[in-house]
Amino acid sequence: MIILKAEDITVGYTEVDILHDVGIRVKSGEIVSIIGPNGAGKSTLLKTIFGILKPRNGSVTLKDEDITGLNPDKIARKGISYVPQVENVFPSMTIQENLEMGAFIRDDDYSQRIDEVYDLFTVLRERKKQKVGHLSGGQRQMVAMGRALMLDPQVLLLDEPSAGLAPVLVSDIFEKIMEINATGVAMIIVEQNAREALKMAHHGYVLAMGRNVLDDKGEALLANEEVGRLYLGG
Amino acid sequence: MAELIVYGIVLGSIISLGAIGLSLVYGILRFANFAHGDFLTAGAYVALFMVTGVLSWIGIPDNTFGSLSFGWRMVIAFPISMVVVGCVAIALDRILYRKLRQKGSGAVMLAMSSLGAAFIIRMIILIIWGADSLFYRPGLMRPALEVPLGIKIRPDQILILFVVLFLVVLLHLFLKKTKMGKAMRATADNMELALISGINTERIIIWTWGIGGALAAAGGILYGIDVQLHPYMGWNFLIPLFAATILGTIGNIYGALIGGLTIGIAQQVSTAFLLPTYKLAVAFIIMILILLIRPKGIFGKE
Repeated sequence: MIILKAEDITVGYTEVDILHDVGIRVKSGEIVSIIGPNGAGKSTLLKTIFGILKPRNGSVTLKDEDITGLNPDKIARKGISYVPQVENVFPSMTIQENLEMGAFIRDDDYSQRIDEVYDLFTVLRERKKQKVGHLSGGQRQMVAMGRALMLDPQVLLLDEPSAGLAPVLVSDIFEKIMEINATGVAMIIVEQNAREALKMAHHGYVLAMGRNVLDDKGEALLANEEVGRLYLGG
Repeated sequence: MAELIVYGIVLGSIISLGAIGLSLVYGILRFANFAHGDFLTAGAYVALFMVTGVLSWIGIPDNTFGSLSFGWRMVIAFPISMVVVGCVAIALDRILYRKLRQKGSGAVMLAMSSLGAAFIIRMIILIIWGADSLFYRPGLMRPALEVPLGIKIRPDQILILFVVLFLVVLLHLFLKKTKMGKAMRATADNMELALISGINTERIIIWTWGIGGALAAAGGILYGIDVQLHPYMGWNFLIPLFAATILGTIGNIYGALIGGLTIGIAQQVSTAFLLPTYKLAVAFIIMILILLIRPKGIFGKE
């Protein structure tokens, strides 16, 4: 079943379009990785799906509901969470408070959800009173993902989760992403680390110059010679 | 010297109340609100209007508490004035700053418009009350108590310290314990992420102005009790307010508290060596020194 669908997206920050008629489909429970060179518009696509940018043309559909052009807080309520690439935590607040802010729009008792997030990121539980600004890059990324998970999203959008992390931490984060996915959360991951991203992915999309170039199963894209040469560094 | 330090703490606690509000607004909206000093003035005069006007008409007795210089009228006027000035600050944002923000005006444009707002508030006060210094209770003798170390301090001043302490603790609890308070800190930390988390940042901005205005009003009234009321009182506080805010790192309310106390003590102690008229220059010099040496303040990360 297709849970999230973006079709014919044309969008830009100014009058210049960054994306031209881009489309993407995510089935429920799937990891979809988007790869492509710098400036391909990968992050722009995530921002458009989450309502931070309003598309000039095209539509975003969650399940059967048109969510095109809604504001981020509305989209968060519908079941999509987004982790930006940078500045994705509240640095002067504690880990616990960051998670509480993730649950800001929940009016019910979310203490169980906080527990589940701490079960996933056990290292955070030990430090829940610590300010996030004092944490390492890997732990910050965990806080960022934990914050986004507080709403129990159906779809999680991750923008470059491995950016700026030491290689040993990168595999940690990817492992956590697999664990989150195993709980049934569908994901769209934008990654520079294309090979790793495709290994995890059920489905992969290649974007270049703001257009769809190719899409296929993750392993099929990995095996594709042209993709290997152009986008995976040989 | 000990006496000057104590007077500095009293002055500094009043500066802190203004600086905390300035810092809250600056932390979230990233512009220097030059009208903040005039919120102090407005607070002092709204309380005057209540004490000598409304509350005397409705027959609230005029007696004072023990050796303090005020009584029930001020107790009632104080919170009312805080609410009124809080609403003035919110209204100013709605009709002026918000419009400019939506049109994409930069920080300089907003700061300039706040300068205009400051003039308007001050001129309204000048038109109504005139340019003379006023007192909540004219002609009252205000005896000082002797406390150890030969320090002379008036009961009013001791009370001022307790009121400031009470308000700061209240604000601390609000920011640390309540959902709205935490959302306010989150918005100051990272507005974009606050929006992404579904926090209604426009509502947070309203709260921020309300609290900032109310605290400024409290500062103004306390200064009026301690010294006197004057249409330029808040304007003269502006440099100490900014010095305290920058010293304590913009956006950090605990920093603003420490910054306020530091500036207050420095200003009072300087009168041992300099003419009292140089007090403002002392605050200004401290501000310049911070900007040169540690522009992000004592709590800022380099």
